[in-house]
Amino acid sequence: DEKEKEPSKGPLFSDENSKWLKPKTEKKKKAQLMSSDEEGDDDEDDEMDEEELEVERQSRLVDEEIRLEQEEAQEEMRRTIAQETSIYHLPTEEELDLEANRVVPPSEIRDRVESVLGVLADFKNRREEGRSRTEYTDLLVSDLSELYGYLPELMEYFLSMFGPNETLEFVDASDRPRPLVVRTNTLKTRRKDLASSLMKRGVSLDPLAPWSKVGLKIVESPVPVGATPEYLSGHYMLQSAASMCPVLALSPEPKEKILDMSAAPGGKTSYICQLMRNTGVVIANDLKAERQKATVANMHRLGVKNCITCKHDGRQLGVKYPNSFDRILLDAPCSGLGVISRDPSVKVQRTILDVQKCAHLQKELLLAAIDALNHKSKKSGGIMVYSTCSVSVFENEEVINYALQKRDIKLVDTGLDFGKPGFTRYQNKRFHPSVALTRRFYPHVHNMDGFYVAKIEKISDRKPEDTIEQPEGKDDDDDDEEEKTPVSKKKQERGKAGKKGKKKTARRALPDKAEEPAQKKAKKDHISVPPSAQQQGKTKKKRINAKVTMPRRRKVPVD
Amino acid sequence: VQQCSTAVSLTMRPLTEEETKTLFIKLSEYIGKSIEKLINRSDERHCFRMIKDRVYYISESLMKASTSIRRDDLLHVGVCFGKFTKSGKFRLHITSLEYLSDFAKYKVWVKPSSEMSWLYGNHITKSGLARMTESTPQYAGVIVYNMANIAMGFGVAAQSTEQCQQLDPSGNVVLHQSDIGEYLRGIEDDMV
Repeated sequence: DEKEKEPSKGPLFSDENSKWLKPKTEKKKKAQLMSSDEEGDDDEDDEMDEEELEVERQSRLVDEEIRLEQEEAQEEMRRTIAQETSIYHLPTEEELDLEANRVVPPSEIRDRVESVLGVLADFKNRREEGRSRTEYTDLLVSDLSELYGYLPELMEYFLSMFGPNETLEFVDASDRPRPLVVRTNTLKTRRKDLASSLMKRGVSLDPLAPWSKVGLKIVESPVPVGATPEYLSGHYMLQSAASMCPVLALSPEPKEKILDMSAAPGGKTSYICQLMRNTGVVIANDLKAERQKATVANMHRLGVKNCITCKHDGRQLGVKYPNSFDRILLDAPCSGLGVISRDPSVKVQRTILDVQKCAHLQKELLLAAIDALNHKSKKSGGIMVYSTCSVSVFENEEVINYALQKRDIKLVDTGLDFGKPGFTRYQNKRFHPSVALTRRFYPHVHNMDGFYVAKIEKISDRKPEDTIEQPEGKDDDDDDEEEKTPVSKKKQERGKAGKKGKKKTARRALPDKAEEPAQKKAKKDHISVPPSAQQQGKTKKKRINAKVTMPRRRKVPVD
Repeated sequence: VQQCSTAVSLTMRPLTEEETKTLFIKLSEYIGKSIEKLINRSDERHCFRMIKDRVYYISESLMKASTSIRRDDLLHVGVCFGKFTKSGKFRLHITSLEYLSDFAKYKVWVKPSSEMSWLYGNHITKSGLARMTESTPQYAGVIVYNMANIAMGFGVAAQSTEQCQQLDPSGNVVLHQSDIGEYLRGIEDDMV
């Protein structure tokens, strides 16, 4: 086209077309820029002026829109920042009393809970002037109890064990059911055969977890899982994932003599028998004959042949059958604080007093079990597993700690690496460092029932009353056992003056913490702390520098 | 025999001659001459013991372990085969099924359509019958299996095999005695 301009033109054209070629005007340039890469530049020449205005107007409008948007965005950002940084006002007593008259909707309580959690997360900066931390936590406790339907003292107890955020997660998870799990009965079938026959019936299932070779998780089932012909002929047992863990920790071997102290309705007992391949002897004990009927029925259904069922009081077993068993499983009767998702009535029926009563019974049972263990057994050397379906410290670490004082035993690794380690300290109490070898399971972390498992090995029959040791300058003994720096005086005093003295601390023969270092050499009874306790180092967190405050006994040679 | 055994009926004791005879006669209806295989097993000798009218089948080592348990507290040992009634007859329970099916002489297979009916305690009719062992005499003890070869229970053949072939579809082939559905139907109350 004649009129096409040349790309590399100067103010004057050097070739023969210079007569008719004219350089582009400013207006034209602008128009071209505006109208992007459209063809027919030539057509626009005529209407240049009008288009410019149109295009200019449009571009101006677009610019304005963009500017408005940006302003709005800035405004919003300013608003949110103001919100975030504004201090949440904690309702005072009076304001809360006013509230008592109206029905507070759950959404409002939930908002309040979120705000308080936010404040507690960064208390120093987000607190309101003049309000103490206790006020925030008290409000949190009462709000959560109301939202989820718990007794306030239970909620307070959970808050003292878990932090504020974790308490919310825990109670939330306890409201939802855990998945249905079955355990293959390897005495009669194999897991893959069972899986295929169940799938033929329309059940959709998955393997339970990497740590279980017999577990199956039922995702969905058109038929009742507890009534299939496979169930009735004993190919599987309905059992929760958490209940499989204590038996795995116990790891029974064929041809041993094993006691299950609290056996009904027989889920764990049958798992023990299947691991032993129907050899050896398993004694399934439970206090109540009524509940043992279910145990007997389950044993028969599952094809267990080496089981004896009886109904002793577990607390007497240490006296009746001392030193008789290679392994013992004590799945102690407990308050059930970990299985709230199965039985929500626990939320309002269990008080702290109930929990403490359970703890008392559990201590008696545990001591009886230790007495019934045979530490000289050639097969296993006296191993037992203590487990509960509770998350409370009363029934778990405290019971284990009590037994460590009263009998010559030691804690060993459970083999369940996927659980959380047990607490070595709680409020003003300090437990033996090997308690960190025990394992806790939580519904909100593991999607299993709340559970606790501890594996104990019996060293000898010795009891504290037997020993009349003299302090013989056994410094080397204490040095091997402790790698931690001694607790400072301040901490001890604070611990001593610490909160509500629990009933159990009074009962236990624990010396006062302040006198502890002085008495350490004088009082040489109770627990032996074997060198293997030193391995705690790798499982401990650095910040735990509390010295073991249990009186310890001089190491005695093992027979 | 029953009168003198009341005094010691609570403890775990071996069976008397009479009781042993009754038990073996009953067992032979289902397993024929294989009874000696129950006693003289390759892995360990087993025996029958009685606690309060119930007969338990246990290995020698299990028996030794259970003698140390007080009689009041002992609830069950090993596998319960059944119990003696007040009039001296022996009644087999479903719990003995595994041993009966190991040595069964006469077997019956039930169709999937009638499986649930059997598990509810009904008799098996001709229409539900899939297969039957040849030359089963009438009123012989039979073990019932489903098509996946899982033992479902035991009963009595209502007719001999030849006559069963000529039955009309609603006629009874196997008279129900015991089935594994009982584990859900309240067997627990009967377990001591």
